[in-house]
Amino acid sequence: MLGKEEIAKRIAQELQDGWYVNLGIGIPTLVANYIPEGIDVTLQSENGLLGMGPFPKEENIDADLINAGKQTITTMPGSVFFDSSDSFAMIRAGKVQLTVLGAMEVDQSGDIANWKIPGKMVKGMGGAMDLVASAENIIVAMMHTNRAGESKLLKKCSLPLTGVNCVTKVVTNLAVLEVKNGAFHLLERAPGVTVEEIEKATEGELIISGEIPEMKL
Amino acid sequence: MEHQPTLELVQEVELIGHNKKHRMKKVVKNAEEAIAGIKSGMTLMLGGFGLCGIPEKCIEALSKKPKITDLTCISNNAGVDDFGLGLLLKNHQIKKMISSYVGENAEFERQMLSGELEVELTPQGTLAEKCRAGGAGIPAFFTPAGYGTEIAEGKETREYNGKMYILEESLVSDYSIVKAWKGDTKGNLVFKATARNFNPVMGMAGTITIAEVEHLVEPGELDPNEIHTPGIFVHRIFEGKNYEKRIEQKTISK
Repeated sequence: MLGKEEIAKRIAQELQDGWYVNLGIGIPTLVANYIPEGIDVTLQSENGLLGMGPFPKEENIDADLINAGKQTITTMPGSVFFDSSDSFAMIRAGKVQLTVLGAMEVDQSGDIANWKIPGKMVKGMGGAMDLVASAENIIVAMMHTNRAGESKLLKKCSLPLTGVNCVTKVVTNLAVLEVKNGAFHLLERAPGVTVEEIEKATEGELIISGEIPEMKL
Repeated sequence: MEHQPTLELVQEVELIGHNKKHRMKKVVKNAEEAIAGIKSGMTLMLGGFGLCGIPEKCIEALSKKPKITDLTCISNNAGVDDFGLGLLLKNHQIKKMISSYVGENAEFERQMLSGELEVELTPQGTLAEKCRAGGAGIPAFFTPAGYGTEIAEGKETREYNGKMYILEESLVSDYSIVKAWKGDTKGNLVFKATARNFNPVMGMAGTITIAEVEHLVEPGELDPNEIHTPGIFVHRIFEGKNYEKRIEQKTISK
């Protein structure tokens, strides 16, 4: 079973040289720590920055320089600032090659829910609806089951949706799955996790074809 | 457009535009003078992302006028409990918020869940484009964001090149309040780093736009190549003192 850092590490293997990438809050943010050597990716922060650098040293903190998670950050050589409408122009027009975000539920048709639990929690969608409606490559990073042990990979999402038919891949603490043709396709198992365990934790339709390899981290 | 400015405001703007005596008088003394004319029931746009780039001086000045109530505030976030728009929430000066993310404010959540506060959650890119379009004289536009979700309910949808879009109406405000790094007396503005965010587009969409700046300079001191917001969009400007610029998530590398 993977921890959060290892989920991020596995997702980082998906990055390709030259890509512009938007990382959501939580596990997705950690992906930035595992960008493979020799791969040049530019991180887009939807509050108005391309070329996000690491967190600052204490002496370099700038209140005017934050990421979409409101954390203090730094720039890189070649960084650029822009306003919120330009930021979502590049997202909407598909210039950002990969979006990684967290979710409360994903279903087998690629629908995602991650912004609202009616009556309990309403924080808002932020930029998530814009991101999932436009990116061609959407990877969800999340735990396979919720705190009650129930599957988060469902036949049909029960919570209010963030977007429809949009998730392309899911990386969880148990597995890597591709979402296509109305089903979850099991690609890899987390080290030490059996196919049976993944089947048990997946409510949506799961396609298992041939021998399922273990992830290489 | 979802909001029409009052006749009174339109007349004031015409005065600014046509009366030579008034045309150059954009500079006001301070936040209190800048917010003069804001009345109960008006619609305000306030720049900022989280607490970054918020017009903290004007918000503070509004919080000292608790008789101004029933405001509709268009702002990406709602501040925190004791800073930014949280100050106006605490005073119950806000009737309705139009935002994309409000998770940072406990009082906000309480007022929303109890029904005291009306909230229109809008995808962030749609919110930015609603302001930009409003400021550009475009009444509505199609966007894919929110298609198939509850955001699309009751809205016209249309297919273009095999993809579905929803029709979103643009926004204008009675007063837009923005925060810039530098500005000149003609109202030209330069923003710093990610404190730019919603400020330029909201600045465009104000019937009256107020800019508070850290450094107010004379015309000619800003490089025309590097101005972000042309002064034509700005009606009042002042230099704020002692900015707090509170940080929400101080994160450092080890």
